[in-house]
Amino acid sequence: MHEQTIKKKPIVAVAVVKYNAGNVYSVLHALHRLGVNPVLTDDAATLRGADRVIFPGQGEARNAMAYLRDHQLDSLIRSLQQPVLGVCIGQQLMCRHSEEGDVDCLGIFDAEVRRFMPQEHSQKVPHMGWNTLSECRGPLFEGLGEEEFVYFVHSYYVPLCTDTIATSDYIHPFSAAIHRDNFYATQFHPEKSGSVGERIIKNFLERT
Amino acid sequence: MLAKRIIPCLDVKDGQTVKGVNFENLRHAGDPVELGRMYSEKGADELVFLDITASHEGRKTFTTMVERVASTLSIPFTVGGGINELRDVDRLLSAGADKVSVNSAALRRPQLIDEITGRYGSQVCVVAIDARQEADEEWQCYVNGGRIPFGKSLLDWAREAADRGAGEILFTSMNHDGVKTGFANEALSLLASHLTIPVIASGGAGTKEHFRDAFTQGHADAALAASVFHFGEIDICDLKHYLSTEGVNVRL
Repeated sequence: MHEQTIKKKPIVAVAVVKYNAGNVYSVLHALHRLGVNPVLTDDAATLRGADRVIFPGQGEARNAMAYLRDHQLDSLIRSLQQPVLGVCIGQQLMCRHSEEGDVDCLGIFDAEVRRFMPQEHSQKVPHMGWNTLSECRGPLFEGLGEEEFVYFVHSYYVPLCTDTIATSDYIHPFSAAIHRDNFYATQFHPEKSGSVGERIIKNFLERT
Repeated sequence: MLAKRIIPCLDVKDGQTVKGVNFENLRHAGDPVELGRMYSEKGADELVFLDITASHEGRKTFTTMVERVASTLSIPFTVGGGINELRDVDRLLSAGADKVSVNSAALRRPQLIDEITGRYGSQVCVVAIDARQEADEEWQCYVNGGRIPFGKSLLDWAREAADRGAGEILFTSMNHDGVKTGFANEALSLLASHLTIPVIASGGAGTKEHFRDAFTQGHADAALAASVFHFGEIDICDLKHYLSTEGVNVRL
């Protein structure tokens, strides 16, 4: 089995935030392939006690924020002290505000999430598929080459900002990943990005 | 720059992959999970698994296979075949699929697209269209695996599907499927010029040049094929290097 060839000791306790935004199975599977047995939870104590927290998701910002507020997960996520990795909508929800549903978000990153505006017909929204990373810096990207491909599916993006740690280009350059203090976030789906994505998740678990 | 995608399609019946020539004469081509992993390692950008089983038992087998694929592969995959209602979508996404592909059921009840995208977002909903160019040169949609003409034109239906929130259109030309003389590039180009969502070309791949033409002439965002990959006629890794030298941006 493939799992045996890449088996790793479960070095950390990983919690995945359980909420109403979409497909979390792929994140759980990706962690399993790395030999980690994550817990999917919305329990405050479990989330606070984990070594690493992953905040994944696909979905719509306004509904997702309403759910997080109703379940007091908004203040909880903001207060986490361990390394946290937001993925896709998770990244967008960690910003100050999103144009999607004109909603105030968690405000961990001082960024405004915007919608892609096509400049010509061939520029389709959502931005869906494999695109390259540039200007990568920090522990998430250790051991990776230049211009690695990762998998994106999104209609909204985080503009370039002081927290940007990787960029990608669709219609214009945007933040492919951001970092501030203990919070990391990627717009792309590392759990769906083949061996490159696997390395990024492994780096998050072992090098942050 | 966003890469053009190469997508192997695996037709699955009773846990085994099969591929029809012009939708008939099925031949075996291995275990879908093993095949999927091999394609992923060779550089496939996504995979499509189509359930061509009709029975309830077959559905359960397919769902189990989807779970195995999800736990094994680290690239996106779409599942389709026999999706008639939102409950089928719930089952397959819960098993770990990234996207679902709807075909006949969406033509018969277009509201299904609204239901899927309303619950899960546009990105999970691929609308597959089997169409044939008739003697009068018009492209007409077919249902039931390409057996019954539905009475709607390709372009009208593709536009409606996109308006209802479909994330991608997977267009199979029945004239080209299985005959390996190239994709339906004119029709693909027409779709690309009228739609603002990605179009996946399907039906007709026989050579590497055919893939290039689907991207350069058909302006497709992705190209899907089955038998040329399953029977080793085209190696995905070779294909992507070829496309790259021809100026097509692919993930290498």
